[in-house]
Amino acid sequence: MDEVKRMVTEYVTREYLEEGDDRVIKEDTPLITGGIVDSFSMVSLKRFLEKKYNIQIPDADATPQAFDSINNIADLVTRFTKGRV
Amino acid sequence: MTDQLMYEDRLKGFDWSISEKELGYRKGDTINIGWHCSDRICKLGHGRKPALIWEDFLGTGKSFTYDDVRILSNTIARYVCDLGLKPGERICLFMDRIPELYIGFLGVLKMGGIVQPLFSAFGDESLWTRLNDAKTSAIFTQKKYVPKVRKIRDKLPELRHVIVVDAAGSPLKEGEHSFAMEEVPRVDHFDVFPSMAETPSVLHYTSGTTGQPKGAQHVHYSLISQYLTAKWVLDLRPDDIYWCNADPGWVTGTSYGIIGPWSNGITQVVLDSGFNTERWYAFIQKHRVTVWYSAPTAIRLLMRDGKDLVAKCDLSSLRHLCSVGEPLNAEAVIWSKEAYGLPFHDTFWQTETGCIVVTNFPGMPIKAGSMGRPFPGMTATVLDPKNFEQYDAPGRVGLIALRPGWPSLIRTYWNNPTGYANKFKNGWYVTGDRASIDKDGYFWFVGRDDDVINTGGHLVGPFEIESALLEHPAVAESAAVAKPDPVNMEVVKAFVTLKKGYEVNDDLELEIMNFIRKKLSPLAMPQEIEFVPSLPKTRSGKIMRRVLRAQEWGEPVGDISTLMED
Repeated sequence: MDEVKRMVTEYVTREYLEEGDDRVIKEDTPLITGGIVDSFSMVSLKRFLEKKYNIQIPDADATPQAFDSINNIADLVTRFTKGRV
Repeated sequence: MTDQLMYEDRLKGFDWSISEKELGYRKGDTINIGWHCSDRICKLGHGRKPALIWEDFLGTGKSFTYDDVRILSNTIARYVCDLGLKPGERICLFMDRIPELYIGFLGVLKMGGIVQPLFSAFGDESLWTRLNDAKTSAIFTQKKYVPKVRKIRDKLPELRHVIVVDAAGSPLKEGEHSFAMEEVPRVDHFDVFPSMAETPSVLHYTSGTTGQPKGAQHVHYSLISQYLTAKWVLDLRPDDIYWCNADPGWVTGTSYGIIGPWSNGITQVVLDSGFNTERWYAFIQKHRVTVWYSAPTAIRLLMRDGKDLVAKCDLSSLRHLCSVGEPLNAEAVIWSKEAYGLPFHDTFWQTETGCIVVTNFPGMPIKAGSMGRPFPGMTATVLDPKNFEQYDAPGRVGLIALRPGWPSLIRTYWNNPTGYANKFKNGWYVTGDRASIDKDGYFWFVGRDDDVINTGGHLVGPFEIESALLEHPAVAESAAVAKPDPVNMEVVKAFVTLKKGYEVNDDLELEIMNFIRKKLSPLAMPQEIEFVPSLPKTRSGKIMRRVLRAQEWGEPVGDISTLMED
């Protein structure tokens, strides 16, 4: 779980914050409601998770709430990997 | 009097002078949107009334009265003048939905500047394209977006000033200024620029099929349309609490997120937060929102989260609901009636029209799935696409067209008068959308008449995406088309051929998606990339997007006699 959080935090910071943007992504930082990741960008984040963890996240589970923080994303990944990671 | 008669009554003897009279405007007078949305409301005795109740995603809130808005927009106008900026210069607002954006919009107009709002999620290339075309002189932005501006600053010689509204001691470079709206001395009196009806006011960029986005240039007289359509279609009344979901980076966010409500002296609420159903309902409940202007994409997401959530909140304050951006499907109208006890009223208009032109008027019987009927004073029709003649029988699908003459139609495209002239055929302004009209005069949307992609209510030009795709080292050729999507109506799909030495794999797809997202915007990012050995082309080598689009929509491909054989 901690490894998932670390990996996703690193990815979101690298891909969704502009170089020079000094905001720090924490485990509970609001990503969707906070405007860091929007509903369109969620698709590429979902694709990253599916590829990285070899899972398929159904659209019904890929909700803005499920992607709204590193904690929520880690829960989602863990649910689909059934604790493999 | 029945509700139906309300619409019919409005039609009788309609003249835009109704709006002029209510706004105290006479032909030949000066007219300044910034003044009308702040000073005039104070002069009418409403200075202490809340104009803006704002909240961010953390729940932090601020409230501004009309007198605050008057003074703070004066403060911004004075600041901009002191920087040496002159009337007619383009001043960009590149910010999230923070108070400085709304009040800054009025401030720029008050000093005679042309305000150029841009969506803050734009990547550096989208931003550069628009600032370069407009030869923008100054940009208001937030600390977090300064890196994007710095990335392109060297290529923008006309951009003299970068104004950071939340710099708070952060190191700034030459030509960058810190301006904290609420901390600098307030300016109670400012001599508002004496703009006339035809003085340019707002420059919104909109995408087309060919070429880069075009700057749709509005004038101060647009107020006449925006004021009255906000009052009649959104049904705004003095005690309303109004919420418009649109970002002022797009035209709905300025015409009906600033000008419409504030020229009517209405209290509006703004939530600077990404989408979250529970958060939205809590916001409506907390502020007792009465009029809500939303979009089909958001409504479909609300539908997905179900009626149980609705039942958990007190949304009884809601009185009138409207929608804009893309056609509102019948299911959404029916669902909203069941869930909220009120139907969403679809409204149709464009960046170029400046105001609502076809609509489900309050009280008018709604035909679920229909766009409604023309706003009083608008002559709307559908034209035969072959000769641009009006269809005389109901039910035929043609091009939606409007007879020019209403106040808020744009006056030109910036630097592109030919593009503007091409929008007119046989004396009609042709929207580029297709519809039919039924025997009762209701319009029924069919789709675009070109390759522009309407995703989540925003138009994205395929040319801009394809040009950006070609900048990726692996991409040899590309085509961007609309693909159907249950939430966003359409999303971008890209077809790509690779250069020699590159192989198809998941990593490359994700890399290209992120490349476009960062360069252009999340809206422009292909949600799917299909790698193909070749693209369909005409014998003259032009990529035939319509063949790919038809494939995505399961439609006939039409005439392919010019298709080049491989």
